[in-house]
Amino acid sequence: MEILILLLALFVLSLFLGVELIVKVPPTLHTPLMSGTNAVSGITLVGALLAAGSDTSPMLVNVLGFLAVTFATINVIGGYLVTNRMLSMFKRK
Amino acid sequence: MSSSIVNLVYLVAGVLFILGIKGLTKPSTAVRGNMLSATGMLIAVVITLLNSEIVNLTYIIAGVLFGGAVGAFMALRIQMTSMPQMVALLNGFGGGASLTIASAEYFSVLNVEAKSFAEFLEPVALGANAFGLGAVGQVTLVSIGLTILIGAVTLTGSLVAFAKLQGLVKKNFGLPGGPLGNALLLIGALAALVCIVLNPSQAVTVLALVALALLLGLFLVLPIGGADMPVVIALLNSYSGLAAALAGFILGNTVLIIAGSLVGTSGLILTKIMCVAMNRSLGNVLFGKMAAAGEVVDADEIYAGKVTSAQPDEVAMMLEVAKRVVIVPGYGMAMAQAQHAVRELADSMESRGIEVEYGIHPVAGRMPGHMNVLLAEAEVPYDKLVEMDRINPTFEETDVVIVIGANDVTNPMAREAEGSPIYGMPILNVDKAKNVVVIKRSLSPGFAGLPNPLFAMDHTLMVYGDGKKAVVEMTTALNQS
Repeated sequence: MEILILLLALFVLSLFLGVELIVKVPPTLHTPLMSGTNAVSGITLVGALLAAGSDTSPMLVNVLGFLAVTFATINVIGGYLVTNRMLSMFKRK
Repeated sequence: MSSSIVNLVYLVAGVLFILGIKGLTKPSTAVRGNMLSATGMLIAVVITLLNSEIVNLTYIIAGVLFGGAVGAFMALRIQMTSMPQMVALLNGFGGGASLTIASAEYFSVLNVEAKSFAEFLEPVALGANAFGLGAVGQVTLVSIGLTILIGAVTLTGSLVAFAKLQGLVKKNFGLPGGPLGNALLLIGALAALVCIVLNPSQAVTVLALVALALLLGLFLVLPIGGADMPVVIALLNSYSGLAAALAGFILGNTVLIIAGSLVGTSGLILTKIMCVAMNRSLGNVLFGKMAAAGEVVDADEIYAGKVTSAQPDEVAMMLEVAKRVVIVPGYGMAMAQAQHAVRELADSMESRGIEVEYGIHPVAGRMPGHMNVLLAEAEVPYDKLVEMDRINPTFEETDVVIVIGANDVTNPMAREAEGSPIYGMPILNVDKAKNVVVIKRSLSPGFAGLPNPLFAMDHTLMVYGDGKKAVVEMTTALNQS
């Protein structure tokens, strides 16, 4: 239970930090912000790896893990690459 | 690898994500920020792979290779005009990942090797504390249920958003009963969630939850039309983050919670910005209702005999003598792929010493920042892209405003016609400029279905036709004069 409270504290503080950070992002970068945060949400890959890589679980768990790894990797690779592509177009004259 | 070291590395990854988003607060530091964020991702993944719980690499390698190839292909091939579709798909995959992780976590505790589907559905004998001791077990089950619910809604909702943006689904339709049908689906899903928490041994309730949530995602987005997509995409972005944070509670994983909540707030803030820019409440957008139309405005009455049309070369003559020009782009510019032509026109004007800026409405296009990305692709410097609040006071000193493919965001009825569905929506006050040129295919109404009195004003010229062609002709005429 103690750990849950700590996780909850981390969650709430991160929400506040998120608000402080995001309101400072200028509208011109809102699209890269969406694709970039999308890549960050691909951090679910970490959980997916644990599900896909366990040997003791039933087949179904491994298959779900495989799907999760695939989805999350698309997010990570696709998200960071497309964000980088967009951001490198923003230039000052 | 001790779990303290793993968690310390996760902390470093979390800090890198935060620095990465901080980098996005300025265009000059944004590329570096994105790199920092990607580095955080890399070390989080590597330290997880070194974890001793991971023994079977087959599924991991297959998933990473397949997902990596699909992701890289999409990212490198997508056209900038199609970026809303790309972001919609990425949101969906994020939701899908959380959905499958939560399901995998549930079934790994259930630990059934079923030979048939019927056997699979049979209740399993579970210890009272299979998901954790007392309250911890209940919190884990609630997290699993909520992650499945939000993840599945995000998955199908985003796929529908993608299909709509791509033009695969053109009709807007919902369940019979509208919001009521969706409310019933949500109540059903929540009931399944409660059953899971009370009695986790029945796999069938989890399947029911997945099915209901997938349907809910479908029917939430199907009724919503094109111009409301910026809100939908931002909201689904937020959901995908929230689902990731909840998955962090299932796994007790700190970096998932930090990253997920950052994404969740980011999407929520963008949703709010979009709603404010349309002067509509979130509920109003989600349930597909426009404000009740007051008096019916007759388009013919507004336009009859008052609309002046012009040819591109006449506009060029007007531009020749201008000192300051503002270009107002909308979704029509993206449709016509006219961003490069627009930049060439601006170059031609600037070489004559004319000051050119771009006025960007927050909901121009199909997602937050859509116009900015398109114009950046056409190599327009970002300091020329001016947001609504800063460009509005300058229209009175502007000689010519060129509106290309935008409609509702320039409609003066939003300012003046009390009782109009768009009354109160913040608009670009282009009608205050000395001359307005509107490039448009016809006088057809925009998404709000309203006539635009701007088109009938004395100082407005309509240039009918394809946006790209009209702009190219203006540039040619201007260069020849």
